[in-house]
Amino acid sequence: MCDTCGCNVTPANAHLVTGNGALAHTASGSESVEVLQGLLDANDRTAAHNREHFQRHRVLAINLMSSPGAGKTSLLEATIDAFGGSFSLAVIEGDLETENDAIRIRQKGVPAIQINTGSACHLDAHMVHHALHELPLSDIDVVFIENVGNLVCPASFDLGQSRNVTLLSCTEGDDKPAKYPVMFRAADLMLISKADLIEVIGDFEPHRAIACLRQLANPAEVITLSSRSGSGMQAWCDWLRGEIAKCRESMQGAARGYAGVVQR
Amino acid sequence: MHELAVCQALIGEVSALAAARRANSITDIHVNIGPLSGVEWPLLQRAFPLAAAGTVADGAKLHLRKTPIRVRCSICDAETEAEVNKLVCGHCGEWRTRLVSGDELVLRTVEMQSGPRSESCVTLADAT
Repeated sequence: MCDTCGCNVTPANAHLVTGNGALAHTASGSESVEVLQGLLDANDRTAAHNREHFQRHRVLAINLMSSPGAGKTSLLEATIDAFGGSFSLAVIEGDLETENDAIRIRQKGVPAIQINTGSACHLDAHMVHHALHELPLSDIDVVFIENVGNLVCPASFDLGQSRNVTLLSCTEGDDKPAKYPVMFRAADLMLISKADLIEVIGDFEPHRAIACLRQLANPAEVITLSSRSGSGMQAWCDWLRGEIAKCRESMQGAARGYAGVVQR
Repeated sequence: MHELAVCQALIGEVSALAAARRANSITDIHVNIGPLSGVEWPLLQRAFPLAAAGTVADGAKLHLRKTPIRVRCSICDAETEAEVNKLVCGHCGEWRTRLVSGDELVLRTVEMQSGPRSESCVTLADAT
């Protein structure tokens, strides 16, 4: 059957090309095509491809998201120190400009690929795909993708990650999940960072931040930590170890898209 | 923000459809957009002509249909409307709910002007 002469019109689909059907032609030669596909299909296809790469190499891919300055790079530095070489890590850094973050990671002896997005406010699956080709995935256990500091745009673009980890630093206020619901709804783990400052700030209540997260119907675990003092780092490393183990047991189970907008 | 990138992706999708059907121009694009999609419809509307300029969709009208946020409760099974940052059950107040609608960003229908009738083609595979 072909798509040109009409021999593929069957009783089951004839309604589409007759009357007001989705594919009906009007006398003027105009055509209406029902599509019903995600607007970001091209990105999602590349994200699925990235996910296959990660699965094939049994790599846990963590998409790390937060506002600018919430402590993503400091957390990665502290995590590298805490693991002390027990796992092989790599980092993909996303920033509008500079190689600063990648340099900090490389100084810790961990490979880091810097992506400069120029004026783009988020990483997309294509950028991550290019970066993946520069990493020896067969030798790596965990890839951290440090997204551009932004609580809005990164939530709309699936990268192919296994898990979304969203940082909320206590200096930002405990109602952040209510203000940026799309981002926090997508979180598989929420980290309340800069915990050493909670006492100084005075009005940040972790339980209020957690309540805001639950209002988004998100059951994600929450860990309060400080990269500087080391408090909570044990719980974070335990969570990572658990995810690495799950990833090795069943890549199918470990890998999924955002709970948010991109899981279509 | 990222609405221009979303529009460029949209133009990529509709251009491919138009090319597959040898359409000369796209006249109307219908999109379903939910409040939890992370995309603001006024910004999308404003970014669209910029992304469409010089493409087969130049001059096309972008029709946005806003979809409501609805959740289904995991406890009482009620399906109720919810707010963007309060996705709790409207019946019993439980927070463990599942989103039924409200996060869509879906290209629904594309209307295009084909060439002469004999050159236009119908691809049922895309719609069935």
